Amino acid sequence: MRCEKNVTGRLFDKVWDRHLVASPQGEPPLLFIDLHLVHEVTSPQAFEGLELAGRPVRRPDLTLATMDHDVPTRGLDRPIADPLAAEQIARLRRNCAAHNITLHALGSIDQGIVHVIGPQLGLTQPGMTVVCGDSHTSTHGAFGALAFGIGTTEVEHVLATQTLRQAKPAAMAVTVDGDLAAGLTAKDLVLGIIRALGPGGGAGSVIEYRGAAVRALSMEGRMTVCNMSIEGGARAGMIAPDDTTFAFLQGRRHSPRGKLWEQALDDWRSLVTDEGAEFDHEIFVDAAALRPAVTWGTTPAQSVSIDDVVPEPESFATPGQQQAAQRALTYMDLKPGTAIRDIGVDAVFIGSCTNGRLEDLRAAAEVVRGRKVHAGVRALVVPGSARVKAEAEAEGLDQHFTQAGFEWRSAGCSMCLGMNGDIIAPGERCASTSNRNFEGRQGPGGRTHLVSPAVAAATAVAGHFTLPGDL
Amino acid sequence: MPGIQRIAGRAVALERRDVDTDQIIPAAWLKRVERTGFSAGLFGAWREDPDFVLNRPGAQEAKVLVGGANFGCGSSREHAVWALQDFGFQAVISPALADIFRGNCISSGLVPVETDEDTVARVFAALAADPAAQVVVDVAERTLAVPSAGLLAPFRLDDFARWRLLEGLDDVALTLRHENSITAFETDRPAWLPQVAPKEPAGT
Repeated sequence: MRCEKNVTGRLFDKVWDRHLVASPQGEPPLLFIDLHLVHEVTSPQAFEGLELAGRPVRRPDLTLATMDHDVPTRGLDRPIADPLAAEQIARLRRNCAAHNITLHALGSIDQGIVHVIGPQLGLTQPGMTVVCGDSHTSTHGAFGALAFGIGTTEVEHVLATQTLRQAKPAAMAVTVDGDLAAGLTAKDLVLGIIRALGPGGGAGSVIEYRGAAVRALSMEGRMTVCNMSIEGGARAGMIAPDDTTFAFLQGRRHSPRGKLWEQALDDWRSLVTDEGAEFDHEIFVDAAALRPAVTWGTTPAQSVSIDDVVPEPESFATPGQQQAAQRALTYMDLKPGTAIRDIGVDAVFIGSCTNGRLEDLRAAAEVVRGRKVHAGVRALVVPGSARVKAEAEAEGLDQHFTQAGFEWRSAGCSMCLGMNGDIIAPGERCASTSNRNFEGRQGPGGRTHLVSPAVAAATAVAGHFTLPGDL
Repeated sequence: MPGIQRIAGRAVALERRDVDTDQIIPAAWLKRVERTGFSAGLFGAWREDPDFVLNRPGAQEAKVLVGGANFGCGSSREHAVWALQDFGFQAVISPALADIFRGNCISSGLVPVETDEDTVARVFAALAADPAAQVVVDVAERTLAVPSAGLLAPFRLDDFARWRLLEGLDDVALTLRHENSITAFETDRPAWLPQVAPKEPAGT
């Protein structure tokens, strides 16, 4: 077994080393992939490539498919209206059937956003390698797995070989000491970290998040943090597994049981960065200094505290950053000096692989309970998976949302990237719990502000950015 | 995939940092199940501006795109690379490409040309002075040149990526040379690791 004890080093090295299949001279090493997640959008060309080369899928038993990116979130009893999306989804069904790959299809209780269902099923475990043709695969690093997004040619490579050729990234530590203030969430924390890193500050690195504020997060919160690692440019994010991780995993469908659980626990407890291990880069963030974050620009690194104002482009250090800020303000139709709380919204989106889990929906429902969505604001809740939806309904969360005037939808990526027709109109402004505020991300000409679920919910009620405590 | 030795032609200067793949190919285009046909979607929203660099004379003939730092950040969509290639680009110059985008470039044979900020600034300056200036990317030598501006500079590309681009190699075939190592590894994995489904379907 490749789990030698007394390894000294960093969490990242330990996971990396145990997946080395071959390290040929003059070539990047080959890494074994423990879990390959597949969805409808980045896989059709990969399956086509396999078929053209006459190659089988090597390990269907380590491959899981679902449909999430362009599935409808209402009217699931009717045929999919968009012919291109319908064809892409039909293609996934055919490819999975042809290659004996398990598919959690639309209508199944196990369907959902690929990064929500993996952990939910217990398939994401400490020390694993997880890949998917989706940049937010970094989510799974919350369990101490090495998880990262890949392109379609690499999807084909993993389907064919169950390995990936990867030059070893650098190791970066993001240490968050102190305690998050009451009402602060993992979303505010990760937006603060990305602001400190800059949009490309993590490039070439795998980040390990550590420190008291990270240890205090729930698994859901840790997933939110690792999810957005890519928004700081990092290859992946990881958090060392601990009792919070083990408690989350115990009893899930694919978690080990009995004697194997005990063996796994023994191994998982060794997946920590050893005392004295050094990183290639390290940054420190003071959790106690953070306030609820709202993005004002068109990269996730462009955020401020909700108490703040839209910044002056001249306040940034380099000409490149100043130019980027000026462009962002033009696109966002914002003036420097405007109080964030004075910015009104047309739409609110609660969902995505960043903030579409049960804990997120609970936090938002608690805010909207007994209140009404502000006149003229369109508000949407899209659970991250069919099971999250069912669990939320069992708690009555859907009632709080619908009575407040939110639309309660079925699971998918939805308005995070607007592939399925859930979009905002040109010029509209949306408070969103998703991960990207890029130009046009939620629909051509749309303007996105990233926030936590609680701030999104309060903003839906007030019609402008606000905190639950202000209502 | 054909091998690429050297690229020489016009370049388009896109002087912005943090250009994300949602801009390069908007999500609506990702519903296609083919690897081609993305040219009209390339920078779909930005091309609505008649003054956008891709709408200027000569852009249709360009072979090289010059971008700012952190080019290709965001979504892992390889469609961004396919769209650039469909338009006619064969290389992208930047001080730093985003990690996944760089990998996708090498996978699909779009040459990733990463060099220092100063060199990229000199390329931008040369193109500002003469938009029709020839830019030469030599994969074998790992050099970038704008002869009319007297610019010749090295770029970063690891040996393996260089070899793959030069030879146009099928990466799966390269990996399957290590078939025995993969098989050996597979027999030795810890028993607790999850399987999505039993390796052999029940009843077979």
